[in-house]
This record gives sequence, structure tokens and C-alpha cells, in this order.
Amino acid sequence: MTDISASTPPPAASSPNRERIHHSLRRRRAAETRFRIFGVSSVMIAVGFVIFLFSTILYDGLPAFWQPVISVDVTFDPSIIKVDPKPEGASDQSPADFQRKMLDWQRQVTLVNWNRIIENSIRAEAPDTELTARDVQSLVSQNERYRLRDLFVENPDLLGQTVQVDLLASANVDVWLKGDIDRSLDAARQQLSQPARDLADRFFDDGRIHLAFASTLFSNTDSRNAPAEAGLLGAFIGSLYMMIIVIVLAVPIGVSSAIYLEEFAPKNRLTDLIEVNINNLAAVPSIVFGLLGAAVFINYFHLPLSAPLVGGLVLTLMTLPTVIIATRAALRAVSPSLRQAALGLGASRTQTVFHHVLPVTYPGILTATIIGVAQAIGETAPLLLIGMNAFVTTLPTTPLDQATALPVQIFLWEGNENRNYFEPKTAAAIIVLLAVMLALNAIAIILRSRFERRA
Amino acid sequence: MNSLVVAALLLVLLAVSYQVGLSRSRSVAGNSTLKMHSRPNYHGLMVALWCLVPALTILLIWFLVGDDIVRSYTLSLLPPEVVSGTPDQLRDVVRRVEQISTGYGVVGDAQPYENAAGQSLREFRALTFWAVVAVAAVIGIIGLMFMRSRIAPRLRARNEFEAVVKVLLAICSGIAILTTVGIIASLLREALHFFSFISPVDFFFGTVWAPRFSTSASGDYGQYGLLPLLWGTVMISTIAMLVAIPLGLMSAIYLAEYATRRVRAVAKPMIEILAGIPSVIYGFFALVTLGPALSDLGDMIGVPIRATSALTAGIAMGIMIIPFVSSLSDDIITQVPGAMRDGSLGMGATKSETIKRVVLPAALPGIVGAFLLAISKAFGETMIVVLAAGNAPILRFNPFDATSTVTVSIVNQLTGDTNFASPQSLVAFALGLTLFAMTLCLNVIALYVVRKYREQYE
Repeated sequence: MTDISASTPPPAASSPNRERIHHSLRRRRAAETRFRIFGVSSVMIAVGFVIFLFSTILYDGLPAFWQPVISVDVTFDPSIIKVDPKPEGASDQSPADFQRKMLDWQRQVTLVNWNRIIENSIRAEAPDTELTARDVQSLVSQNERYRLRDLFVENPDLLGQTVQVDLLASANVDVWLKGDIDRSLDAARQQLSQPARDLADRFFDDGRIHLAFASTLFSNTDSRNAPAEAGLLGAFIGSLYMMIIVIVLAVPIGVSSAIYLEEFAPKNRLTDLIEVNINNLAAVPSIVFGLLGAAVFINYFHLPLSAPLVGGLVLTLMTLPTVIIATRAALRAVSPSLRQAALGLGASRTQTVFHHVLPVTYPGILTATIIGVAQAIGETAPLLLIGMNAFVTTLPTTPLDQATALPVQIFLWEGNENRNYFEPKTAAAIIVLLAVMLALNAIAIILRSRFERRA
Repeated sequence: MNSLVVAALLLVLLAVSYQVGLSRSRSVAGNSTLKMHSRPNYHGLMVALWCLVPALTILLIWFLVGDDIVRSYTLSLLPPEVVSGTPDQLRDVVRRVEQISTGYGVVGDAQPYENAAGQSLREFRALTFWAVVAVAAVIGIIGLMFMRSRIAPRLRARNEFEAVVKVLLAICSGIAILTTVGIIASLLREALHFFSFISPVDFFFGTVWAPRFSTSASGDYGQYGLLPLLWGTVMISTIAMLVAIPLGLMSAIYLAEYATRRVRAVAKPMIEILAGIPSVIYGFFALVTLGPALSDLGDMIGVPIRATSALTAGIAMGIMIIPFVSSLSDDIITQVPGAMRDGSLGMGATKSETIKRVVLPAALPGIVGAFLLAISKAFGETMIVVLAAGNAPILRFNPFDATSTVTVSIVNQLTGDTNFASPQSLVAFALGLTLFAMTLCLNVIALYVVRKYREQYE
């Protein structure tokens, strides 16, 4: 239409026809522009969400990777630490007896008033301030006394010596110094007392409190009485076990069933049913898999609650359809000429598949695996139903021990009452989870480019 | 040490049997005038199979029953008055005997019978372990010898091995069916159990959700009306769709039809990142950033909006679903044949007119399928609603207020509970069954529609 009007000589300018066409063209062009703007803005909004999401999480979470520590001189005062010498193993003792003696001694060491030692060392740093014992103790994280104890158990020669120790400041000091709590709130609503706040500020100004990398985040398990020391290690190991179980089970089973369905299965009603069934399973809500795990693995097979083994099995069942569907797509994409060439040269079907078709699909299978594992590692809901939201402070040493997982730990921290402190900490945990997922994807990309170069 | 021995045994058997098969096959081939049917490695593999499978079976049987045998042997070692004592004492004694048998010892002095029992338990353990290892090895070697004797030029070892592989592959693909059967069976079983406490009519048509956690003997379990939860699910999913469908569809259209290659290469993966973020992170985002922002906005325009509300959860869920809608629609739009576009453009239609009047109608079935899949995903989403919807299972129609959903109630009723005897936890399975049925219907329709659509243009 436009071409015609452009090529023919223009009729009289006042022609009503031409006027109408011009009018309609203007309207249509405006509609075109509007439509385009809608499109651009939706893409921009969607991309904007990504950027906004990541920047808020980074903004919230990055500060939590540093936490205040108090550098003080700690004196292992013999007048407070009154314990027997550390027991030595004798050759005529049974290991059980030695262990018992050692435990007795350690119990004795634990009963020492370590809080008193911490209190004294802090008082020595600020001799001019009036402080109650509570003020002093509220500055230092609850579990630091056990660190002093461990130092002493490790090396009993410390008795009577003075060493410089970096004590972790409590969560309340962290919140106060970082300004995560409103500093202008009245005293009744502050978590620290007035002298403690002043002392924290003073120590921070003269450098005795400095921000250090929060290594406890990576070396500790969750902790309720010392939130400053709560860490992700237990959750990380739980997630690691589940990831290994998912990879070990879902990849071989998924790839095998994809090969069977795509290459060997006769095309009949049964294989049709399996196909529909797998497509459906891929869209079943993850929480239903959690119900399956609770009913079958825990209630019927009596596997332990909160065990990464059960979590791994549930996530495997959830990941299987993803792996199967993606592997089938990869197998289907292999050119038929490859199969025909192999079969034509006398290879059996099995040889054709395993020697010629499958190697070409390695990059596709790898991508499918990573997508599946990344999806599994971020999954929370089914794990809640099999009890992986338990509060676990011990490191799981086998997949049958109680454990939690990274996303579940995030969920638990999100629900913590100490919101001022745990909000940044949760964001930090999210950063760790995203970093793990990013690392997985990076590995996938590297491996894939490697496979592709070889293929 | 034990598992190391077993692993070493299996590895040795594997290596030896494979080599035996290989060399036997070669020597048969060398001495025979006939041509071998299968290559030596297939003979090796068959011999390895015949050797390892019996050996593994023996070890597996021991793994399953070994502990019981050791335990009954331990009990037979103890004096009868200890065995007939209280279970607690017995367990304590057994533990002490086991400690003595491992050489760790016990605290204090052990009873003489404990020492004796520990000593014989230790010998018994070692004896049975080595006996099992030996039996496994012997059986494996018998299998090996049998298969070795079968090696002949006519033996179709490759076909036999391939048949085994095929059976294994088929078993693997059966696991998917087994999963579905397991889901349906476990949900049905526990849900029926639940309906023996609460009538299905009260469940499906009740308007009050008030499960009582007290284990009162009066038989009053509280009320389990599904409707408030269902309404919450529908309301939040609707809000999510209102966010996801326009944004997702328009992004898909723009990226498929307008965007230059470079823009597409950057924007498409960027949007798909949203799909890879775990939902618990959206929950955090909704709870910490989005909810308070909406609440402030509500204050500004004079509408009371709660920080945790259907609106907050719905918007966060919508953001999560955008890439789902956009990449599915993108696939479908790019499948519309170019000739249809060319025809429309050739008739003088503008690009947007072509898209609105030609491409989208042609792609409509597929896009509807994509929407249905997105809705099913919204129904099943859990973590966002657990964190951001406020958990108020009350039938009300204000989206600015707190609400609750089917998935939230499943989580609340069944977190780490193993006692499936009360309706309080069993209701989770009835809810799960409802959810499964709803998403199954949506998925079946959607998959059918999408499949039909694909066939139309392929």
C-alpha cells in the first residue's frame, strides 16, 4: 500500500482520500511505535529486575562478610585456671581409660571461669570506664570462651602467659557498629547498654575493634547462643552430600533411560505412557516430591529424618525428568547420517549408540546435568518436609547424619528473630549459594567448550 | 578396613576375570580355524559379569543379614540371666562387649564373661568376614570358570552382553514410572487415611481452616476447609500471572521479532538468569525489599498494604515466572513459519500489525499452553508464599492483606513429622493430592496443546 502511494505521482493535496490515508498511516505508525516501546520496556523491566535483585542482595550481604573483632591481651591467669596437668597416655592403659581421663581433664578445663578471663582482659584495655560484668560480656561473642579453652587444651603451657587474641565481637556490637540498628533509638530499645555502646565506639575509633573477614561464616555450623559465630559449613556439607548423590544417581539413570527411550524402545503405548509420564513429572511441583519422600523414604523405609541421603534421593527423583528430557533432545539432535554410517559399516545398535552417538551428545548431557544439579541445590520446599530444617550444630560426617542444606539455612536465618543481625547474614548466605551455582555453571561452560573442541 | 578389603576383592575379581576372558578368547581364536563371532573384549566383559554378579550377590546378602547374625551370636555368648534382663541393661552389655571386641576397651574393669564374649565376638567377626569374602571369591571364580568354559568361536558374546545392557537401560527408564506410581500411591493412601477422620465434603467445601494441634481425646480435630487455601493460591497465582504474562510475552515478542542479534544475545540469557535463582531467594527479596516498599507505597496513596500480603508474594512470584513465559513463548513465536510473516508484510501491514494479527493468532495455542504451564508452576510454588504471603488462612478477598496457600499449609502441617496418625499431619497429603491433581490437569492440557501446535508447523 505504501509502495503504491510513494510511486504514483501525488494527487491534489486537498484530496480527502489522501488525507484519510495519511491520517490512518499516522495512526498506524504511532501504534507501531507504541508496540515497540512496550516491547523494549518489558525487556528493560525484566533485565532491570535481574540487576535490581542482584544489587540489593550484594548491597545487603557484602558487609556481613566482615565482622568486628576485638584485639586484646589475654592473660591465662593461674589464679583463675586451677587445673591438673594434662594427662599423658601410658602404655599399660586401655584406650578407653585414657579417653576417660582426657575427658575428665577437659571437663575440668571447661569449668574454669573463662568469662572472667575475657572480662579481665577487656577491663585492662579500658581501666578508666565503669563497666558491669554484663556490659563487658555483651561485647564479646558467647562462644569465645570456648576458643580460649581450646587454645589452652591445645597448649597447656599458656598458663600464666599473656598473649594477644582477636576475640570475635558479639552480634549486637556488629549491628551497632555497622549501623544496622537505628542509633537514635532510645536506650530501652537498644540491645546494648549505654556504657557498652560507648566502649564499642571508643574501641572502634582507636582500632582495638577492627573489621576482619568473617571466616566463621565458612568454618562454623549454625549457632543459636552465639549468632556472631553462626556459619554455613554444616549446611554446605549437607548440600555437598546431596549434590554428590544427585550426580551419582540422576546422571547415569537419567542418561540410561533417555538412551533406552530414544534409541531402543519400541514405539508402542507403553513407551508413549512413559514419555507423557516423564513430561508430567518435570512439571510436578517440587513440594509433592517432598511428600513422596516423607511418605516413602521416611515413613515406609524408616530412613532417618534430616539425613542428606533422603534429601539426595528426593532431589534425584526431582532432577531425573530434567536430565532425561534434555538428554533425549541431545540424542535427537544427532544427525541420522552418523547412525546410518555406523550401522552401514556393520556396527550393532548398541555399538552405534555407545561408540558414535553418545560421545557427540556429551556437551548436551553435561549442560543438562548442571541445570538439573543447580535446580536441585537451590530447592528448599521438599527438604522442609523431610525434616532438613532441623537445627544442627554438628558437622555431618556421613550422608546419614543430621544435616541441613544451604537454601534451608537461608530459610532458617530469614526466620530468625534477631532481624537486624540476620538480614545481612542471610544475604551473605544467599551470595554464597549464588556463588556455588555460578561456579557450577562456569565449570559446565569450561567442560563443554573442551568437549566441543574435541568432538 | 573391611570395606577396603571388599573393594579390593571386587577390583581384583574384575581385573582378573576380564583378563581371563580376553586371553582365553585370544587363545581359542589362535587355535581354531573358525572365525570368532565376537571380539575378545566382549568375552572379557561376559566373564567379568559372570564373575562379579554372583560375588556381589553374596556380599549383598551378607550386608542385609550380617548384623542380625552377629547380634544373635553375641546374645548366645552372654549368660542367660543377662539376656533375660531389662532391654536397657542388655543393650549396655552388648555395647560393652562390642567395645572390647574392637580393642577399644571399656572404662573400669570388665566382667569376666564380658571379656570372654568380647574375645569370641572378635574371633567370630574376623572368621565370618573372611568366610564371606572367601565364599564370594569362590562363587565368583566358579562363575568365571563356567563362562570361560563357554568361550568358543560360535559363542555370541556380544549379543549376550548387549542384551544385558538393554535390560539395564529399560530398568532405568522404569524408575520414572515408579516415581509417578509412588507419588500417586503414597498421596492416595495417606489422603484416604485422612478422609477416615474428616469427611471429604468438609474438606473440599469447608470455608474455615483451623486445624487443632492439641491431641484431645474428645475427637475434635478442628476444621479443615480447603477453600480459603485454594482461594489464596488462586489469588496469588492470578497476581503473578498479571505480572508475568504481559512482561514475559512482550519481552518474547520483542526479542523474537524486533531485537537485533546482539541485543538478543545479551538480553535473553539475562532474563533467563531469573529462572535459575532459587525461590527461597525471591522469598528473601519479597520479605526484605519488596514488601516494605509496597507497604510504603500504600501509605503514600492511602491504601493500607501489609508488608507480607498476597500482593507481595504475587509480584515476587510473577518476576520469577517471567523467564518461564518468555522463553516458552519465544520458542513458539520463532516456530511460526516465516512465509506467514512475509505474506502479511507484503500486503503492507506494519510489523506490529503482522505480529498482532498473524503471528500471535498462529502461535496462540502454543502460547496458551505456555501460560497453563506457568500457572501450574505458580500453583506449586512454595518458598515465596511461605515467606511473603503472611500465613493467614482466612477466606478474604483483599489482595493487600495476608493470606495463605495450599503449599504453605503443607509445609506448616508437615515439617519433620514422622507420626502420620493424626489428621493434623495427614491433611498435608490430602492437600498434596489436591495440588497434584490440579497441576496434573494443567500440565496434561498444556503439554497436549503444545504438542499439537508443534506438529502443526513441523
